[in-house]
Amino acid sequence: MTEKKEEIRTGFYICHCGHNIGSVVDCPAVVEYVKGLPGIAVSRDYKYMCSDPGQELIAQDIREQKLNRIVVASCSPLLHEETFRKATSMGGLNPFYFQMVNIREHDSWVHTDKNAATEKAMDMARAAVARVRFHRALEKKKAPIHPDVLIVGAGIAGIHAALTLANAGKKVYLVEREPTIGGHMAMFDKTFPTLDCAACILTPKMSSVKNHPNITMWTYSEVTSVDGYVGNFTIKVRHKPRYIIEDLCVGCMACIDACVFKQKFEDEFNQGLSKRKPVYIPFPQATPQVVVIDPEQCLKLKTGKCKESCAEACDRKAIDFNQKETIEEIKVGTVIISTGFKSFDAKKLPQYGWGIYPNVYTALEIERLVNASGPTGGDVVMRDGKHPKRIGIIHCVGSRDESTNKWCSRVCCMYSLKLAHLLHEHSEAEIYNFYIDMRTPGKSYEEFYDRLLKEGVNFVRGRVAEITDWAMNKDEEDHLVIRVEDTLAGFVRRIPVDMVVLATGLEAREDAQDVRRLFNIGCGGEGFFMERHPKLAPVDTFTEGIFIAGACQGPKDIPDTVAQAGAAAAQCLALIDAGAIELEPNTAFIDEQSCSGCKSCISLCPYTAITFDAVKKKAVINEALCKGCGTCVGACPSSSIIQNLYEDDQIFTEIEEVLAHV
Amino acid sequence: MSEQFEPRIVAFFCTWCTYTAADLAGVSRLKYAPNIRVIRVMCSGRIDPQFILEAFAHGADGVLIGGCHPGDCHYIEGNYKCLRRAHLLKRVVQDMGIEKERFRLEWISAAEGDRVKTVVNDMVAQIKAIGPLRLPSRFKQWDAEMRELEATVNHTEEMTHASQA
Amino acid sequence: MPAKPKVALYWCASCGGCEESVVDLAEDILFVIENVDIVYWPVAMDFKKHDVVAMKDGSISACLVNGAIRTSEQEEMAKLLRQKSKLLIAYGSCAHTGGIPSLSNQFSREQILKYVYEECPSVDNPQKARPQVRLVENGRETTIPAFRNVVRALDQVVDVDYYIPGCPPTPKLLKQALLAILSGQLPEKGTVLAPDVALCEECPRKDSKPIDLAFTEFKRPHQILIDPEKCLLAQGIICMGPATRGGCEALCTKGNMPCTGCFGPTSRVRDQGAKILASICSNIAAKDDEGIQKTLEGIPDPVGTFYRYGLAQSLLRRRVDLGAEPTTEAR
Repeated sequence: MTEKKEEIRTGFYICHCGHNIGSVVDCPAVVEYVKGLPGIAVSRDYKYMCSDPGQELIAQDIREQKLNRIVVASCSPLLHEETFRKATSMGGLNPFYFQMVNIREHDSWVHTDKNAATEKAMDMARAAVARVRFHRALEKKKAPIHPDVLIVGAGIAGIHAALTLANAGKKVYLVEREPTIGGHMAMFDKTFPTLDCAACILTPKMSSVKNHPNITMWTYSEVTSVDGYVGNFTIKVRHKPRYIIEDLCVGCMACIDACVFKQKFEDEFNQGLSKRKPVYIPFPQATPQVVVIDPEQCLKLKTGKCKESCAEACDRKAIDFNQKETIEEIKVGTVIISTGFKSFDAKKLPQYGWGIYPNVYTALEIERLVNASGPTGGDVVMRDGKHPKRIGIIHCVGSRDESTNKWCSRVCCMYSLKLAHLLHEHSEAEIYNFYIDMRTPGKSYEEFYDRLLKEGVNFVRGRVAEITDWAMNKDEEDHLVIRVEDTLAGFVRRIPVDMVVLATGLEAREDAQDVRRLFNIGCGGEGFFMERHPKLAPVDTFTEGIFIAGACQGPKDIPDTVAQAGAAAAQCLALIDAGAIELEPNTAFIDEQSCSGCKSCISLCPYTAITFDAVKKKAVINEALCKGCGTCVGACPSSSIIQNLYEDDQIFTEIEEVLAHV
Repeated sequence: MSEQFEPRIVAFFCTWCTYTAADLAGVSRLKYAPNIRVIRVMCSGRIDPQFILEAFAHGADGVLIGGCHPGDCHYIEGNYKCLRRAHLLKRVVQDMGIEKERFRLEWISAAEGDRVKTVVNDMVAQIKAIGPLRLPSRFKQWDAEMRELEATVNHTEEMTHASQA
Repeated sequence: MPAKPKVALYWCASCGGCEESVVDLAEDILFVIENVDIVYWPVAMDFKKHDVVAMKDGSISACLVNGAIRTSEQEEMAKLLRQKSKLLIAYGSCAHTGGIPSLSNQFSREQILKYVYEECPSVDNPQKARPQVRLVENGRETTIPAFRNVVRALDQVVDVDYYIPGCPPTPKLLKQALLAILSGQLPEKGTVLAPDVALCEECPRKDSKPIDLAFTEFKRPHQILIDPEKCLLAQGIICMGPATRGGCEALCTKGNMPCTGCFGPTSRVRDQGAKILASICSNIAAKDDEGIQKTLEGIPDPVGTFYRYGLAQSLLRRRVDLGAEPTTEAR
């Protein structure tokens, strides 16, 4: 444990980060201050330390000035620690003789008092300079990456990622909770701005997934447990019983015809606009083409009493009422989570009348209504059986609204334009769009808006106050009246319509929090999964080896979703093809000499990395299992456990030195 | 110290939640009091009660621990260990005469940059209200009583020299 | 024949147990007397302070001081003996870490004096008289030592070379230390002359300690019938063993009582109480505030439990809101 007596020669570098740091922290003053600290051989400031010349400066000083410790005061270590470690090793020094000081995110960006910010920078620099003396040379360990990938959620994001990976020769497990893959995109009619039919572009991809030799597609299945770490995850997947032997069913639907029930249950895929039987197939192109029996509705499964005409009708004997749920365990190296979004529940805004007035629809309902394979075969006929002559489309329902969701859902303006076009095309009705701001940033999006303007759709700028059936004059009788302040005209208008469409926003899934815990990733305040860095690591999470893609990360349209799915697939490929990942060497180890074998630490480790050596009567840490949290170190009653990079002496020194300012 | 009292707060933030939240506060350009000095640890479970006492003993007017919300620990359960220790440590610290406002444990997720701001500002205001702790100067004040003897001991030394002579 | 090394023994704020422990060397005391000259030992021998004053600086080879430092006299003697000794050794818990007397660092000087001279049930003191540092009566001056505000460990007053821990230290440790001094084979200055491993290592109950303690309640020794074989922590009894230096050969746990921490922490620990707290609390089963609090109700006095022998040497040293009253002026 004795430190070798070497002369400490520390190089200190403070980054101006352009004006980001330099305009608040007096960098030259910090440089001068640090020059007076013990062990300082070099103290410099530089405009951009992370630039190539900045890094070269460090490497060169190490070589020429014989530096053996490096401290850089710049941005967050979460951003550039790796960069400067590399620069340190470029100079021929072990990269862990480096310590970073966060004077941007934690200082110049959050404080306005220049003196106080400079003082803070000095305090933190002093602490780092003192701490780095206690650093040791460490080696990064490598963890091999299992080449298989798990993808959770088989909407367009999951499908695209799965195909990308499978085409690259990787084995993919694609797990989908619903009986079919396809997600929200499968429900859409056309896609903006090109108006190509969603099914036409999606279903070929769905069948490719089904048929791809490298893809194991599990529908009606859910991930129940996740163990392990990057490169080496053990996943348990629960297969819910669909009461159909998947391999035998060919999707002939003879069982559906034979079922004794009439069509009386809400058809989820059609948003309840049509009915289905307890045995059903979600939609004609459902993948797999396998029926499913709803145990809550099926007479046989509920009561045990039924003449089982479905089973009789099935000449392949695919129906199995005794099916039980099964749990399958798989090993993968990386995971992509693409669990999508949930539409805002329009019931939360009763002033818009959804669920109260039958002719108020959500956008997703309209997607089904205008769809040629939808409940009406594309005929825009309302719940009251009439055809609308005037339709109002209300934007930002559950978006950009303090009382519901603050964020812009990004896709609603564009899909509202699309629906305006489609509704007009299908019904020749007069269309009104009510918007706060028209947001059409995207390739050919603004042009699409232009096209709609030319098609004669009416645009009223203003947030709709309410939808009411309370007529104030003859024109309004038997109509829904949209009350809105037209902020361009400057007065309140009442516009009678026959049909209202609510452009509901996008939210995180209800169970996003459960999924987050399952995979040990983070959620932002709005509930969407959090990316590791909003710009530089948009599909990474804080857990290595777990990536996110699509609307589970935040509202986005299909092109962006597909782009992210590709990015996530590429991230997996990068790991798989590297074969191994370097792990932060911040693991803990037991100082065998001083361990008393008190066992206090053993049960504290959530990874069972600590065991008791019955011969030596001491605790032992399995380095491969240790993930470096340091909990055992904090708890060891005789301080006999040491965590690399977070040693007691390093932290004690940091504490003393941040407070040493007089 | 004629100038206004500026509390010194040492904060221990776990890297995955609260440290990241503090980064987010920065990226969002939120402004908060410059009185905290953050020490990064991987997990709030790493925070040894000694660290808190060490900080107080070396002049901290307050100590803040920031970890992931219960159930959200990146290392599954480290924050529970931190919570359990904090419960008893709070009692010890108060039994030792340190006001409870000076030691605070907060769960701040990576998304809650604004909470970093609120908590820090709130803590700074509370500690400003109760005044400095500054144990090193208290220790010095306590130990001043030993100076009384210096005269006597010097005297003794003289005597010793005299006797040797 | 070279002169035998000179050894001194002195006591400060202590119970006398440390002195007893020297006598506990039994026949080995003869060996001691054979090999060293005891030049000062107020408990046993009739030397006076002026005899020490008269000695040359550094003429005592080793001086063992037991007891904490509470009064001006103890301070003075510590300084004097430091001056006269080549090696100053803190002997026993009180000199080492403050010991039981330093538990009084939870109270102010005034609180203590008021209790002792006025409130204590066995005190009869209607005039509420207090001892005066200096009293002149009939032209004669009497002085008594000043009672300090703070109880200190020896090294908080003077430089200390070695520590022999324990309340009291065992004869075995004393003998080993004396042999080391005589042979000149001493470790690095500042070392505690006892094994640097926690007590569990030598505790006969070690094997019975379960891997997962998962505390749901804590009990005090008088509240249960203690199983003489089983790890005390496993019985819900606070045992300081995991956070306490070994070397006592588990006297207390062998005697069916928990370790209360008298040997102080191991060398890497800065605050013994904080570390046992960390280890015990981490192993509580409950995860919610209410459950945790309920479990911790079984530790009614954490400071008294975790810092029983070491409050003076703890990081906070003393209740921090206590001031420092003048100690030498007459009241």
